Amino acid sequence: MRPGPIVAQALEIAVALAAAPLFLGWVNQCRAWLANRGAPSMLLPYRNIRKLFHKDAVLAENASPLFRIAPYIVFGTMVVAAGIIPSLAGRLPLVVAADAIALVGLFATARVFLSLAAMDVGTAFGTLGARREMMIGFLAEPALLMVIFVASLISATTALPAISAHLASERFTIDPSLAFIGVAFTLVLLAENARIPIDNPATHLELTMIHEAMLLEYSARHLALMEWASALRLFNYACIGFALFVPWGIAARDIGPFGLTLSIPVLALKLAAAGGGLAVIETVSAKLRIMRAPEFLASAFLFAVLGLLVHVLLGGA
Amino acid sequence: MIASLSSPLPDCLALVTAWLAIGIAGLARPRSVRYAGRTLFVVGALVALALAATAVWSLIGGATQSMVLPIGLPDLPFHLRLDPLSSAFLLLLGAAAAGVSLFSAGYFRDSDGMAPGLLCLQYHVFLASMGLVLLANDAYAYMVGWELMALSSYFLVTTQHRIAEIRAAGFIYLLMAHVGALAILLAFGILQGGSWQFTFDAMRAAHLSPAWAAGAFLLALAGFGAKAGLVPLHVWLPEAHPAAPSPVSALLSGVMLKTAVYGMLRVAFDLLGHPVWWWGLVPLAAGLLTALYGVVFAAVQTDMKRLLAYSSIENVGLLFTGLGLAIVFYGTSMPALAALALLATLYHSLNHAAMKSLLFLGTGSVLHATGQRNLGRLGGLIHRMPWVAGLTLVGTLALAGLPPLNGFVSEWLLLQSFLFADQIPRAFVDLLIPLGAAVVALCAALAGYVMVKFYGVIFLGQPRESSLAHAHDCSLLERVGLGWLAALCLALGLAPAQVVSALTPVTRQLTGSATAQGASWWLLAPVPARAVSYAPLLFLLAGAAVVALTVLLVRLFYHRRVRHARPWDCGFGEVSPRMQDTAEGFGQPIRNIFQSFFAIERELPTPFDAAPRYRIAIHDRIWLGIYQPIAGWVRRLADVVAGLQQGRIAAYLLYSFATLVLLLAVVLAT
Repeated sequence: MRPGPIVAQALEIAVALAAAPLFLGWVNQCRAWLANRGAPSMLLPYRNIRKLFHKDAVLAENASPLFRIAPYIVFGTMVVAAGIIPSLAGRLPLVVAADAIALVGLFATARVFLSLAAMDVGTAFGTLGARREMMIGFLAEPALLMVIFVASLISATTALPAISAHLASERFTIDPSLAFIGVAFTLVLLAENARIPIDNPATHLELTMIHEAMLLEYSARHLALMEWASALRLFNYACIGFALFVPWGIAARDIGPFGLTLSIPVLALKLAAAGGGLAVIETVSAKLRIMRAPEFLASAFLFAVLGLLVHVLLGGA
Repeated sequence: MIASLSSPLPDCLALVTAWLAIGIAGLARPRSVRYAGRTLFVVGALVALALAATAVWSLIGGATQSMVLPIGLPDLPFHLRLDPLSSAFLLLLGAAAAGVSLFSAGYFRDSDGMAPGLLCLQYHVFLASMGLVLLANDAYAYMVGWELMALSSYFLVTTQHRIAEIRAAGFIYLLMAHVGALAILLAFGILQGGSWQFTFDAMRAAHLSPAWAAGAFLLALAGFGAKAGLVPLHVWLPEAHPAAPSPVSALLSGVMLKTAVYGMLRVAFDLLGHPVWWWGLVPLAAGLLTALYGVVFAAVQTDMKRLLAYSSIENVGLLFTGLGLAIVFYGTSMPALAALALLATLYHSLNHAAMKSLLFLGTGSVLHATGQRNLGRLGGLIHRMPWVAGLTLVGTLALAGLPPLNGFVSEWLLLQSFLFADQIPRAFVDLLIPLGAAVVALCAALAGYVMVKFYGVIFLGQPRESSLAHAHDCSLLERVGLGWLAALCLALGLAPAQVVSALTPVTRQLTGSATAQGASWWLLAPVPARAVSYAPLLFLLAGAAVVALTVLLVRLFYHRRVRHARPWDCGFGEVSPRMQDTAEGFGQPIRNIFQSFFAIERELPTPFDAAPRYRIAIHDRIWLGIYQPIAGWVRRLADVVAGLQQGRIAAYLLYSFATLVLLLAVVLAT
């Protein structure tokens, strides 16, 4: 194998690792502007992670080895996912390892380990968070799978780079089902990344939180990895969205230096726009009661299924 | 040895007979745990391993062998046949039984109700009867094996027959097994097609009119569906499987359910030959319903073995979904896609055998260590039982369908075959079947929920009872049994290309087509026309490399200081283990979202209760709506008949007299 693809693969992962906290910082900054607050620095997530790495880890007395290894596994799955999703280039070495369905499985693996770790210490909030996270997950996962399913039906493959390349090609005429799955995907993205209206990333009021409740027992380097992993998850979801709905600018064939130098600024532009959009959605909507979350996600699932029906109805004609 | 390797059928027969012999040998010293338990079960496990090896050999050879055994009734000899389909299921039987037998060798004790020797007999007769079912090549031998399987498993289910609930569960099981067997018998009656020859060869040659063929298919579906637990014939399964001792539950869920799948494949693709496409819609719809029903009920269970039993119902649903899809593809002249759907079914059968056996055995160890089946009284066992917890985690993740373990591979294959459903050249069907993928996706995600609940409540958190502090880890033989099945889960997950190429003779036999092999040995790429691939080994290596690198870098650049402290109590101060989610609590979202599935009975305390009690019971609507009315009718009919039984001679003489008069009147009238 030539070294080119491997270097490109490493670059893609490195860009993801570096850009994920920045993206989170950008979203927070936009939210602050929209709320007419003084904005924190975009670099705050980096400083946070750095600070956490330097601290002493405090573990609960009855934590099992699963609790200690879970942050590494969650982080690892997110990094692998970042390598699979075509954010800069398609046709990278890791792409054959997993298609889009396996990618959904990878996200599920991270979620299951996160929930198991939350149940490990056995506090009331940990199990509550785990239960809520799994509830969000079992509704969001099929919705995401359906989104990918429709995109796969349109492009006759489940490999994400190939889907992306198909949707970007000139021959592709626009398919109305994309609108449906676009809505569904946005709803899933909000739910899976613990954003308003499902969860509030800024809250520390225990009764309403989901993601933060699971991390209550984590500290120092473990917490840093978990935080980084959730920033990566947001970045990954954004990149899946780009691959499906704005697939232009991803180096499909040319993964040499030229293609990559072109696709990095394109990615930055897309991220800036997506972060602004996310901040707007979060600012204009209120957090839902937890009992209403299933309805929100069920509508995501139904949108995706509608997209499927629309595609088959029109495609069959 | 070389000569015998070339003829696997006599070997298989010898191995199945060896199981019978081991069973009978158990009667020599029925009370000795050391002899019947520790020794004979290990020998049985070796026989199982040999059977699995022979089956692999026969599968790779891909040949078909048949023979006639002159036993049984005069003029009704046993016909036996070993072809790729039966080899694949013999492999499943051998591989799963090896782990279960090894575990059983360390598991059974004298106090388990039945004498160990008797248990050994029932257990090995059960194994041998499943072997006979898979080898049979005529309806007669098949039904003998089928009934032997039902009876021996009935005795195994009612091992602890002094408990009334277990006797009741056994009765329902026996009843449903016989209703199912009757349907299968009728299906064979149609399949012989007027030739009155009950060998499978004659059935293959028979030509049936479309209506009769459909009738045979539907009868077989009802019969095998009753054995497999297809909704609405599932009611016995969550009663019988948890009632049995855990290794038997493992065999019932892991292996016996698959004999029903085998039977259905045999009838649909082999004996009927050319299934019509719309037949497939019935198992497809029933399978999807069953999968959703099973997983939703699994999520609200509070008994760990019942939870696993409902999860088995879900998996049976997925198996029949794949089977139905294969029939639809085959009937619409798309044999390559039929092969893909069939492959998903076969692969999932193997996977489910490994992972469900593993989990049932794990619950057995927990049960022995704690005496508890109720999830609400367990917790924190990862500290007391690290071996069981570690090995069960593999099964948990596999059943949750997470890559790179085995459960994900078959799910992936099933979803891949659903992706082609829009090409079915039938109006409306091409529209509706892709929606099935949505149900499969929902079930897969819910399975993750169920498995987090199962593992988290049993093994993680704090012990909910003080008695759990005395729980002990399992014995060495039990560890070996669990370890074998866990290794099987890993192997099936990491080497999908090899498993697929081993199963190719089966799909070729049934559909005349096969899925493509990947370009490399580590790559699973079953659809050459589409750029789809899955390489779990690469996947795992990348993941492991990232995790190892992260651990290394964190240690290199920072420090590894750790302090231990009490868990954060949010300033409340009095946190007790009872504040963790119970099993009921963890199931609460599912109970709310899928309310219409359940008949929920709630007992809520009033604000003035001195001793408040909160109770919730969840009932099966199908049981209440279908089975209870039927039982009521049967009882009323029985009451009417009982009214005739006066117990006085005069009354009976009157009946005889009346009958005679009636008959004379009939004779006179004609």
